[in-house]
Amino acid sequence: MADLSIDFAGIKSPNPFWLASAPPTNTGEQVMRAFDAGWGGAVWKTLGDPIVDTSSRFGAVALGGMKMAGFNNIELITDRPLELNLREIREVKRRYPDRALIASLMVESKDDWREIIKRTEDTGCDAIELNFGCPHGMCERGMGSAVGQEPKVLRIVASWALECARVPVVVKLSPNVTDILEPAIAAVETGVHGLSLINTLKSLVGVDLDQFVPHPMVGRRATLGGYCGPAVKPIALHAVATLARDPRITVPISGIGGIATWRDAAEFIALGATSVQVCTAVMHYGYRIVEDMIDGLNSYLDGKGMKSVSELHRRAIPAFVEWGDLDLNYKVVAEVDPERCIGCDLCYVACRDSAANCIHTAGEPLPAGHRAPTREAAIAAAGARKTHVVWVDETECVGCNLCSHVCPVHGCVTMKDVTGGAPFESWNDRLAKGTAHVPGGLRDLP
Amino acid sequence: MASDDRLERALPDHKPTYTPGQAALEAQRCLYCHDAPCVTACPTGIDIPGFIRKITTGNLKGSARTILSANLLGYSCARVCPVEVLCAGACVHQHQGEKTIAIGRLQRYAVEAATLLRRKPASGKKVACVGAGPASLSCAGYLALEGVAVTVFEKRALAGGLNTTGVAPYKMHVEGALREVDLVRELGVTIRTGVEVGRDVTAAQLLADYDALFLGVGLGADSRLGIPGEDGPGTSGATEWIERLKSAPGFALNGVRRAVVIGGGNTAIDAARELAGLGVVDVTLAYRRSEADMSGYAHELSLAREEGVRLLERAVPQSFARGRDGALLGVALADGRNLEADLVLIAIGQAMPGDEALAGLPAVSRDAKGGIAVDAATGRTGNPRVYAGGDATDAGELVVTAVQDGKCAARAICAQLGITLSADAPVMAGHR
Repeated sequence: MADLSIDFAGIKSPNPFWLASAPPTNTGEQVMRAFDAGWGGAVWKTLGDPIVDTSSRFGAVALGGMKMAGFNNIELITDRPLELNLREIREVKRRYPDRALIASLMVESKDDWREIIKRTEDTGCDAIELNFGCPHGMCERGMGSAVGQEPKVLRIVASWALECARVPVVVKLSPNVTDILEPAIAAVETGVHGLSLINTLKSLVGVDLDQFVPHPMVGRRATLGGYCGPAVKPIALHAVATLARDPRITVPISGIGGIATWRDAAEFIALGATSVQVCTAVMHYGYRIVEDMIDGLNSYLDGKGMKSVSELHRRAIPAFVEWGDLDLNYKVVAEVDPERCIGCDLCYVACRDSAANCIHTAGEPLPAGHRAPTREAAIAAAGARKTHVVWVDETECVGCNLCSHVCPVHGCVTMKDVTGGAPFESWNDRLAKGTAHVPGGLRDLP
Repeated sequence: MASDDRLERALPDHKPTYTPGQAALEAQRCLYCHDAPCVTACPTGIDIPGFIRKITTGNLKGSARTILSANLLGYSCARVCPVEVLCAGACVHQHQGEKTIAIGRLQRYAVEAATLLRRKPASGKKVACVGAGPASLSCAGYLALEGVAVTVFEKRALAGGLNTTGVAPYKMHVEGALREVDLVRELGVTIRTGVEVGRDVTAAQLLADYDALFLGVGLGADSRLGIPGEDGPGTSGATEWIERLKSAPGFALNGVRRAVVIGGGNTAIDAARELAGLGVVDVTLAYRRSEADMSGYAHELSLAREEGVRLLERAVPQSFARGRDGALLGVALADGRNLEADLVLIAIGQAMPGDEALAGLPAVSRDAKGGIAVDAATGRTGNPRVYAGGDATDAGELVVTAVQDGKCAARAICAQLGITLSADAPVMAGHR
């Protein structure tokens, strides 16, 4: 069993799995049940001036058989009295001293920040998270993403918090910016102790085509909501990795966005996250999912011979580079296993209509001089099974990988390395050697 | 209207229509193959991946239109087609050991959700169809869409042919067949039931009154064994018995506990499954050769066995045993075995179509097997104004092949009558 415990800017947690500040962390009763299920930490649903919510407030994107491939919400911060929340935070921390308990906060004026931080710290919570992320509702009142999207404002508000806080201060960032580094650097320069990202993306999840109202509907109206769930994971991974590989980001990162499984979590950790935060998957399936997250991450680390989760931390960062540093001489070609091919022809039509047109069916000819090592076997398999079986003209294949993505059969299409000892050479190498040039590009500007 | 008091109602639908959620889940399993083998395997050439994709996008009207264009009787075919040996039997999922797509159930779902085909303006042409089974309904419906005035003559009280009188109730009840007859009627087809060609009106008269004639008269009566004791209470031809089960008001089994069905085809298996489903304790399927020789589908036989039907191979009936009062006691087999039975159904085939509907039609002849001789591609008989299809010819034996016969004949009749068919005409969809 690997050691899953982490130290996030001094915040100790038995495992890297935290509940994000959201409906699953609304009350003490909920957070305690989550801790009983195994969650290592929880970020309490944002405290502030209690608000009034709308009905309804959630929208979802169903894709394939999956009901919540994408999810959005227009729910605001807590609607419970501050005193009640603080009393419960104190009680939860007393009962679960080994878990990370972080209070998410969102208020407006400097005095408000000083007041709420002081009262929150009195509960014994491990840290506070400044909610600079929510892109709906609260930002219209000058809070949430209104702060996170404007580095100058972010510096001011973060410094108010840092002036009075005695526990670590984490800033939760909004992805609704052109360059995630700008607000992140602003926060780090102000002196915050950690970053968490991404908060949700501005979104409309759909439109009711009978009533002509977007989802989720509040009567006959709708507004933009924060998008999250499995669909946003690639955006979140990119944002986390972009910060993790930048030398100016010197604080730990809590990764958020579409994390539902141990594998998602492992990917975030490999790209620089120290802890991960989960919301949508719990809203879909309940706290119980953490059991497999812990179990699966343990098995994975054991299988890799890693003694602790810290050994996984940043493992994929060195490989995340600019396009200009990729090897232009690296070459793969597709190979279709004639024994596994079921004859759906999805790769055939994809390659024909959208790629190199190098996948062919049994009856088609091979141009003279071209290589197609599996052609004979494909023709034989097609005859034997009386179905279509395709083969790849390797001479034409550009190694784009589209076929392997559309193929429904596990292991049927593989990408074969045909680099054949060609030396590494990137675009930036070529520019340096003067063998490549971008006429009219940015480098030619006066 | 079918009576409410029908024994078939005791046999519930084995595959009820999908809910929207079930249909969406199943439709999403479809790989949307390019050049899909299921389309090749469909006798009518329905664009199956196309209609299934339309289910996933919520375009149910388009989905139904895709189906009905290629197969006007797509509703009944969805329910009665042996998909295991047609479309689903070709599904590529089987090559990776996965369950094939439930194409029949998805097709039923789409067609039940919406049916919408538009008629062309009247062409001034008139066609008569004899018999109101799948072949005639298909031919009539496609012609009506092209603006032809079609009248269908049916000797029975209810239209639909074997869909109404013969399909196993757990696949489709009479209401389902009549629902589809109504669809054809809504396309403008006139259906005159209770009119028997050859008795109430002659075929020659129809040929004189109409521009063309389509013969979809089906097969004749159940074949007989021709062995002693065959006539009397407790014995019946299988199709005749099934017709009574499906449509005769008040028809009942009256305490049958042991039944024997003689034959090895799909009608025999259907009858045996129906008897078992109705609670007959001891149902024997008696076939004269071995299981491997049976013409019935293996998947149907397997279901019959699951339902308790026993197959007796090499069972050659020699005579029927009857009591002094004439009551049936059982069947004596040639090898000396005796089968006790309260009911014996004879399912060894049906006679070729009778002469009544053909009489007086010049140049219409029969082929070697006794079916109406036609050109395979067009259904045209020796008379350029007379066409035939379905079971009355030797073209095929399925509802879906009858539909294709009717469609091909409709194309040929349009050509014969000088009606130009546009490429997007429903009758042009599917296999050419």
